[in-house]
Formats: sequence, structure tokens, C-alpha cells
Amino acid sequence: MSRRAAALLAILGVLLAALPAFAGNYLLSVATLILYLAFAGQAWNVMMGFAGQLSLGHSLYVGVAAYVAGGLFFHLGIGPWAGLWLAMLVCVAMGAAIGFLAFRFGISGVYFALLTIAFAEFTRIGFDHLGWTGGPGGMFLKVAQRDQIDLLHFRGPPAMYYYAMLVLAAGALALCAWLLRSRAGYYWQAIRENEEAAQALGINTFRWKMAAVMISSAMTSVAGVFFAFYYNNLFPEQIFQISRSIEIILGPIIGGVGTLFGPVLGAALLTLLGDGITELLAAFGWEIPGIKQVFYGVVLLAVIMFLPNGIWPTLAKKLKL
Amino acid sequence: MNELLDVRAVSKSFRGLKAVQNASFTIREGSINALIGPNGAGKTTVFNMVAGVFPPDSGSIVFQGKPIHGLRPDQVCAAGIGRTFQLVKPFAGLSVLDNVVVGALLRSKDVSAAKSYAAEIMERLGLGEKRDLPASSLTLPDRKRLEVARALATRPKLLLLDEVMAGLRPTECDQMVEVFRGLNRSDGLTILLIEHVMRAVMALAQHVGVLHHGEVIARGTPEEIVRDPAVLECYLGEETEV
Repeated sequence: MSRRAAALLAILGVLLAALPAFAGNYLLSVATLILYLAFAGQAWNVMMGFAGQLSLGHSLYVGVAAYVAGGLFFHLGIGPWAGLWLAMLVCVAMGAAIGFLAFRFGISGVYFALLTIAFAEFTRIGFDHLGWTGGPGGMFLKVAQRDQIDLLHFRGPPAMYYYAMLVLAAGALALCAWLLRSRAGYYWQAIRENEEAAQALGINTFRWKMAAVMISSAMTSVAGVFFAFYYNNLFPEQIFQISRSIEIILGPIIGGVGTLFGPVLGAALLTLLGDGITELLAAFGWEIPGIKQVFYGVVLLAVIMFLPNGIWPTLAKKLKL
Repeated sequence: MNELLDVRAVSKSFRGLKAVQNASFTIREGSINALIGPNGAGKTTVFNMVAGVFPPDSGSIVFQGKPIHGLRPDQVCAAGIGRTFQLVKPFAGLSVLDNVVVGALLRSKDVSAAKSYAAEIMERLGLGEKRDLPASSLTLPDRKRLEVARALATRPKLLLLDEVMAGLRPTECDQMVEVFRGLNRSDGLTILLIEHVMRAVMALAQHVGVLHHGEVIARGTPEEIVRDPAVLECYLGEETEV
């Protein structure tokens, strides 16, 4: 990393760390959402951006992790610190199952993406019929005093959630930066660029693709646990639906698939502009339902047409990073 | 000299079409060998069986005393056989150096060690100045060099070259020949090339095998091969008629 990039990153870090001091609850919730999407986008990027395996069903890991950790809390009063490990274990097992099916039987490309959607969809339908999770009626986690910080049960004011997400997003960025420079990063990119050539250079492509899926699902499971304890209500219909998966992948696609800062930049741009447009129109007295989705579509089209590699690579060049 | 590769009576059919029948040959350590034959003779099928792309229907392939038929391509590479592709397959989105680093990581798990080894190989192949360019920007001769550099970075005992001269101009071809001669002389690298370009075969190979309709019909030095009546009839004869 250049000096310039390090300095900019440090400034950004300080600004983000100081944000709760001057931001109100609304702004803080927007910032938390951005960090959440940046984190989940980073996780998705490990699979697609690094290893070239397109998942359109990442809502599966968010949902399953949210229900596992949320359910343990709801039924047994077990906090998320213990629930997280179980949630991660379950998500990694599901990721491994999908990966094994696909990579063992040569399902790739679009068909792999369809398989990931199928898993998310039948899990959603399954959860609709599970009594333990409340079925389609949903599961509601008890919301405690908002002004007290209870770290053990991850209950507290908005700033606590914001800082938790900030640490997670920064951690994911650091982890991905390290992965990309390691042997794994080289091998994943080789597989992404040309799998046959990668295999001819001694890379066990099955093993490394499995590793990408399992790391990605493990990371996404953390986002899911956060989701459960932040939003406190879980409905299969909402958490597993495909638009949740799309929401996760829009950031990296617009920011730059396979880049480190693409997921962060994309999440920030989409959320700020999307919410900004909604607010702006509301200020004029126009409430147009679905305007945010229309806006996302327009941005996506524009990026695909003019910046097919995403915004970050061009921006990084302009900033001379 | 020891036998490095021993191909014994391998056969392969594709939906009834006999691509390779009972082909046998051996390759001695430190030698340069060529496998030639007209189009559709089964050269690429033999090549693919050695490289682990698919297993032979029958017969065996023994490398350094161990059977390798049925292994996956990555296992064959790990055993010490590097290969290039006829249609070059660069990792287009990566830099030239990173392409070679991927190969070097097979033997040196440490990235910085792999980088310095990759840089060394690129110097030898004359790619040193292009190390930071994206692989997609290379010209065809450079892409062919990159294929070779990447395969060499895995530190193979035996290098399989699939029509690496095809599409090169005669001077570029001669340069490649010099590179392979150098590798063979200084590192004792054993080479098996599948080649259409007779200029390269005559200049490089010490032993030549001729495949025709999936069978090995002749073996010998390049000089013996070009005088073999069976070879002239099936292969070189056709070319002189054109």
C-alpha cells in the first residue's frame, strides 16, 4: 500500500470512529447499514471476486446464522457470543454441502448460481414450516433497555451496534487484504481466470474452491448473527428472499468485483444515494414506493455500461493510490 | 541414462473412434523428444493422457518408477510434469509476474520466495521487462513464452510442450529453440514436444516418435525419421505433394 493510500485510510478510520460523537440516531443507523453491507459484500467478494464462483444465494447464510443465534437467545437465553460459533458451524457446513455438490459434479457458472438460489429458496420454505422459529409469523428477540450496554447479550444503544459493525467491516477488509496477498489469493485468482490452466500448474481446484465457499459462508454468518441482534425480528419471507442476496452483491459489483475497497465504496454509494433520493423526494412531498430499487437499477446499468470493472479501479487511478 | 517416462501400450477411444492404439514409448532423463504425426494422428490424445486430462482406457504410464495414469492434472504437475497449452491460457487479469508466481507457489509456499523465483525464470525467457504488464496485453510470441515460464516455475523434471512453436515466425521459433536447448543443457530438463513445425523438431529433438492413426509407426533420430519410407508415405510425403 502506498503512503498516500495509508494516510487516506487512516483519515477515514478516524472519521468513522468519531462519527457517533456528532451523528444522530438516523445517520448512525444509515452508517451501520453501510458497514453491514460492506462487510457482507466483502464476504461475497471472497467467493466471486477472488475465486470466480458466483453465489446468488448469500441470504441463505445470513438467514440461517440469524435464526441459529437468534433462536438460541430466544429459547434458551444464550447470548450471541456462544451462538455465533454454532451459527458459523452450520453455515460452513451448508456452504461445504453446496460446494461439494457443485464442484464434485462439475456444476459451474450460471448453473452454480442457480444451485445457490435453490438452496436459499428451499431453506426459506423450510423455515416457513418450522415451529421452533415461529414459522411465517416470525421470531422476535426481546429488546432490552436501549441506554444500557449489555455486551454479554449484545444489547445496547445504536452506537454500540455501529462500533461492532465498524470493527467487523475493518476486520473483514484486513482479512481480505491478507488473503489476497497470500498463496490462497493467487490460487483463487488463477482459478477465476482459467481453471484448466490453474489445475495444470498443480492447483487442486476442488480444494481451493471449497476453501473460498467455506470462508465466505463463515464470514457471512457473522453478518447474520449481527442482523438478528440488531433488527430483533426475523421472518423467513424477508431474510431468505433473493432480493436480500442481490442487496449484498450490488455493492461489490458497483464498487468493483475482486477489489478490496469495491465492496466498501459500493455499499456506501448505494445506501447514501438511495436513502438520499428517498429523503429528497419526501422533502418535496413525493412518496414514490420502490424508487430506491429503480435508482439501484439505473446505477447498475450505468456502471455496467461505462465502468464494467466497477467504480473503485477508476477512482483509485484518479486518486493515484 | 535412466528412463524418466515410460508409456506402455496405452489406448484411448472416444465413442468408438480409436484415437490412440497400443502406443508405447520411453523418454530418457535429460533428453529432448518430439512426437510428430499428421493431423488427427492422436498426438494431443497421448499428450492429454500423460498430463492427466483423462485416463487411458488401457495400458500404463509410469513416471520416475511410479504409475501416474488416472491422476488428476494437478497431481501430475505435482509429480514433476509441467505442460503448456496449444491454445495459450494466460491468467488475463493478472500481471505477467503474478501468472508465473502462481506456478512457482507449487514448490515454494512462501509468496516472496515464489516471486523472486518467478522473476528469475522470466529473465531467462526474456520476459523480465514485461513483468508488471497485464498478461492480456502480451503479443502471441510473448504469451507462448509466458506459458513456458509458468510451467517452468513449477520446477518440472519433464516439460510437455503442446505445439509451442505454432504461429511463431521463423526467427521467433529459433529463439524458442535456443531457450529450450539452454534449459536442457544447464538444468538437465527433459522435454517432450508435440510439434507440427519441422524446423523446430529437426533443430531440437534428439529422439522422434511418429504417430499415425493412433499407432507409433516409427522411432529414431530426426535424420532416421525423415528417411523412413513409412513416415514419408504417411506424413512427410503428404507435405511434399502440397
